[in-house]
Amino acid sequence: MDSSVISFYAISAFLLTFGVMAVTTRKIFRAAIWLLFSLIGIAALYFWMDFQFLAAVQIIVYIGGIVVLIIFSIFLTQMSGKDMPQALTSRKLIALALSLGGFAFIAHFLAHANYHESSGLVDASMPAIGRKLLSVETGGYALPFELISVLLLASMIGCIVIALKKAQEKP
Amino acid sequence: MCNVAYGAYAIAKNFQIWDLNIGVLYVSAVSSFAVIGILMAGWSSNNKYSLLGAMRSGAQIVSYELSAGLSILTIVILTGSLKVSDIIQSQETGWWLFKGHIPALIAFVIYVIAITAETNRAPFDMAEAESELTAGFHTEYSGMRFAFFFLSEYINIFIACGIGATLFLGGWMPFHIGHWEAFNHIMDFIPSSVWFLGKVFFLIFVIMWFRWTFPRLRIDQLLNLEWKYLLPISLFNLLLMTVVAIMGWYF
Repeated sequence: MDSSVISFYAISAFLLTFGVMAVTTRKIFRAAIWLLFSLIGIAALYFWMDFQFLAAVQIIVYIGGIVVLIIFSIFLTQMSGKDMPQALTSRKLIALALSLGGFAFIAHFLAHANYHESSGLVDASMPAIGRKLLSVETGGYALPFELISVLLLASMIGCIVIALKKAQEKP
Repeated sequence: MCNVAYGAYAIAKNFQIWDLNIGVLYVSAVSSFAVIGILMAGWSSNNKYSLLGAMRSGAQIVSYELSAGLSILTIVILTGSLKVSDIIQSQETGWWLFKGHIPALIAFVIYVIAITAETNRAPFDMAEAESELTAGFHTEYSGMRFAFFFLSEYINIFIACGIGATLFLGGWMPFHIGHWEAFNHIMDFIPSSVWFLGKVFFLIFVIMWFRWTFPRLRIDQLLNLEWKYLLPISLFNLLLMTVVAIMGWYF
């Protein structure tokens, strides 16, 4: 057991602890903050794997963007200091069943995947990532990139339509 | 409670803790933690003014991060790398502010405006506007906690100015002009740490200068400035820089 394995388990324990805390706490603002910590844990895992670009994007997008938006919407909508009401038992059971099912699915998938030793040498330099993102050959990411762009454009148009002020009706 | 995490800095020649592949992106990613600290502090004070200050500061930091990021990208187009040491090495024959002429100059001005807003300095200090919100998000804090807020604010300024100095003013690279060997050689006698710190302190001076020169804006004017002017200008500037880089119209 060398130091890298130990740090992997330490990061994973950190991530799982805060993930569990995020779903068990009754205060919604705390849930958001625990979620933030578990997302930091994921970024740390990426750093551990030496995928620095992915880690930095994880931090920018999830921590700088999504968690801030979640906190904003909590401020604007919820009584954020109060305890949330206890969920119904039937809903709890359904949620438990669904999460166990998801876990079983992923565990099955992981157990039956045939892994092969990676060469360990991935070209993760900036120009390589950029070319890969826009390449249309096999293994390129041009199609997902374009799809996500269209999706974002659609959601932006939706936001503008919702936020548009209606013309004042003259009395 | 607050944010401090910085290793990817080249303070002087061969003097850098962690020269990672994506240095500039990493620093801007880590500095986006600041807003969460401010939001938490404002909310947990359980006070209208603090909450208002925190919300303002959140809106402001999130929106100005865009222009700051875009103007960083403008220089990254020229260097083709996010690695701090590569960026500094590419400025051996002159700083990007001069080599990249018009688009680099526009990007520099936008960057300085954006970091002034991002670090909550006047004239953009809406988060702690003392004449309207008493002291904004840190009204309820005193003693060591108050000190931590200010410590993180000033460290943030140093970090932002450090990125600015690295990208636009050449980091620790002395002032070189093209192939004037004699002149470059004389400049090399000044130690590289003096160059770096001098540039950073110059940028900090500019930001403090703003503080005492301009009156404070209103929050809606502030957001208008970002979304209606700075963001379109910096997007267009990015395009302009791409054209310049493709055609090779820089020195």
